[in-house]
Amino acid sequence: MDQVKNSQLSEFGIIFLFIISGILFAGLVMITSKVLRPHRPNEEKLTSYECGEDPVGNAWGQFNMRFYIIALIFILFEVEVVFLFPWATVFGNKKLIAATDGLWAWFSIGEMFIFIAILALGLAYAWARGYLDWVKPDQEIAQFKSPVPKKLYENINTKYSGKTTIER
Amino acid sequence: MEIFLIDKIVLIVAVFGITLLFALYSTYAERKVAAFIQDRLGPNRAGIFGILQPLADGVKFFLKEEFIPAHADKALFILGPSVSMTTALMTSAVIPWGNSLELFDRVISLQITDLNIGILYVFAVVSIGVYGIMIGGWASNNKFSLLGALRASSQMISYEIAMGLSIIALVMTTGTLSLGEIVQQQNGSIFGISGASWNIIYQPLGFLIFMICAFAECNRTPFDLPESENELVGGYHTEYSSMKLGFFLFAEYTNMFISSAIMSSLYFGGYNFPFMDQLGLSHNLVTILGTTFLFAKIVMFIFLFMWVRWTLPRFRYDQLMRMGWKMLIPLALINIIITGLLIVVLK
Amino acid sequence: MDQLVFLILSIISIGAALAVIFSKNPVYSVLFLILTFFSIAGHYVLLNAQFLFIVHIIVYAGAIMVLFLFVIMLLNLNKTNETSKSMLPKIAGAISGGLLLIVLLGAVKGLNQAEASQAVNADMGSVKNLGKILFSEYLLPFEVSSALFLSAMIGAVMLGKKNLKDH
Repeated sequence: MDQVKNSQLSEFGIIFLFIISGILFAGLVMITSKVLRPHRPNEEKLTSYECGEDPVGNAWGQFNMRFYIIALIFILFEVEVVFLFPWATVFGNKKLIAATDGLWAWFSIGEMFIFIAILALGLAYAWARGYLDWVKPDQEIAQFKSPVPKKLYENINTKYSGKTTIER
Repeated sequence: MEIFLIDKIVLIVAVFGITLLFALYSTYAERKVAAFIQDRLGPNRAGIFGILQPLADGVKFFLKEEFIPAHADKALFILGPSVSMTTALMTSAVIPWGNSLELFDRVISLQITDLNIGILYVFAVVSIGVYGIMIGGWASNNKFSLLGALRASSQMISYEIAMGLSIIALVMTTGTLSLGEIVQQQNGSIFGISGASWNIIYQPLGFLIFMICAFAECNRTPFDLPESENELVGGYHTEYSSMKLGFFLFAEYTNMFISSAIMSSLYFGGYNFPFMDQLGLSHNLVTILGTTFLFAKIVMFIFLFMWVRWTLPRFRYDQLMRMGWKMLIPLALINIIITGLLIVVLK
Repeated sequence: MDQLVFLILSIISIGAALAVIFSKNPVYSVLFLILTFFSIAGHYVLLNAQFLFIVHIIVYAGAIMVLFLFVIMLLNLNKTNETSKSMLPKIAGAISGGLLLIVLLGAVKGLNQAEASQAVNADMGSVKNLGKILFSEYLLPFEVSSALFLSAMIGAVMLGKKNLKDH
C-alpha cells in the first residue's frame, strides 16, 4: 500500500520536474533574446498604439457587466463539471453493477439526472432572462418606398433573361 | 531509481524537443497550406521549398528590438507571454506517446507519467491557460489589447464547460481518468480487427463537441475573435514585439499540436492502429509503428485546424456566445444523458 | 524528502499569502493568491488527495480567480484612485482575523496527535473512492448542494439584472 502511494507521488514529482523545465525553457529563451537584441528606446517607440493618434486616457477602465455574469455562471458550471467526474468514473463500474444486480447503475444515473436537471434549471433561468444573449446589431429595414411597383422589375428581368424568376 | 530518473529526463527532453519542433514547423505548414488553398506558392526562398523559413523567423524573433510601452505594467507584461508558453508546454507530460519499449532488458514507457487523474490534469491546464492572455492583454494598457484579452478569456471559459461535459461522457464509457488506460482500452478488437475499438465509435457527438471546443480554446479561426485583425489590430498581443510576441504565437501553435495529440489519444485510439496485434511483429516494432501512427493522426488534425482556418469566416461575438452557451452546453448535457441511458440499458 | 517538499511548499504558500496582503496593486494581490492556491494544492498531493489537488486547481485557480481578475482588472482599483482610507475596516478586519486565528489554534491544540499519524489508506483520495462515497454515504448533501448551486445561479442573475439596466 505504501508503494502505491509512493509511485503516485513520484508521478507527481515528474510532473513537477516537467513544469520546472517548462519554466526554465521560457526563462532561458527570454534571457537569450534579451542579450541578443538591440535596445534603443525613444519616446515615440514607447507610446501605446492607438492607430497612430496620441493615446487618449487609460485603458484600465470599467467594462460591460455581461462579462462578469458570464464568469459567475461559469464558476457554477465548473463546479458542476468537477462534481460529475467522480460519478462518471464509478458509474459504469462492472463490479458494483454485478454486486447490486444492476441496481447500482439505475440508482446512480437517477441521482445524477436529478443533479443535472436542477442545474439545467439554473441555465434555463439565465437563458430565459436573457443573460446569455449578447448585444446584437439591430437589423435596419430600409424605410424607402419606391413609387415603381416591384412587379415591373420582375417583368423586365424575366423578359431579358429569358428565364422565370424562380429558375434564376 | 537513478536509471529510472535518467529515463524520464531523456524522455522529458525528447518530448519538449518534439513539441517545439512540431510547433516550429506548424508555422511553416500553415503558410504552405494557406498558399495551397489560395493557389499561391507560399514561402520558398529560405532553403529548398522554403524549408528553413521557420528558423529564419526564429532568428528574427531573437534579434528584433523590443518595445515595452511606457504606460504598461512591466512585470506583468513579461509574465503574460511566459505563462502562455509554459502552460502550452505543460500538457504533454500526460500524453501517451507510445506503448512501452523493451531495451537493454528494461521496459521503458513512452509516456512521461501516467497520472491516475490524467484527464483532469489536462482540464486543469486548459483552465489555467486563460491567465497568460489575460495578464498580457491587461498589462499592455492598450484598449485593443484589453478588448482582445477580455474576449479571449470569456470565450475560453465559456467553451471550457462544454469541453468538460464532453469529457465526462467519455469517462462514463471508459471508467477511468488515466490517459494511459484510456488509450490501452482502445486496443480492443471490433469486427475482428484488433486495435480499432476507438472511442469515436462510442462518442461521435462527444468528439464533435470536444473538437469545436478545442478550436475555441486554441483561439483558432473561426474562433479567433481575440485577435481579429480587422477590428482589434492584433488583439491581446497588439503591443508585443520580438520574442514575447514570438511566445504568444508559438504558444498558439504548441496548443494546436497538443490538442491534436489529445484528440487523437482520447477519441482516435492514440498509438493503436488497425490489425496491430494480427501482423505478428515484435513488440518493439509495433510500438514504433504505433508512435508513427499517432503522429500521423496528429498531423492530420493539425491539417484540419489549418484547413478550417483558411476556409471558414470568423464568428461574430454574439454568435460565438450563443453557440457556446445555448448549443454546445445543452448538447453536451444531452450527450451525457444518452450515454448514461445506453450504458444502463445495454449492461 | 517529503519533509523537504512540505517545507518548501509551506514557505511559498505563506510568503505568497503575505504578498497578497502587502501588494499595493490589487492585480498583483490576485496573482499572488493564485500562487498561494497552487502551493496549497501541492500540500494536497503530499496528503495523497489527488482529486482534491486537481479540483483545487480547476475550481479555485482556474475558475474563481478568473472572476476575481475580471472584477479587479476592470474596476481599476489602482493605488492612484484608492477611495477607502478609513481605519475602521482595517480594525474590523484585524479583529475578525484574530478571532479566526484563535479558533484555529484551539482546534489544532485539541487535535489528537496519535490519530493524525495513523496510516491512511493509500487509495483514500482517489476519484473512484470519492465517487463511491459520494453516492452512498453523502448522497443527501450532494443533492442539496445542487440546490445551492441553483440558488447561487439565480442570485448571480438577479445581481446582474440590477446593473445591466444602467448600461
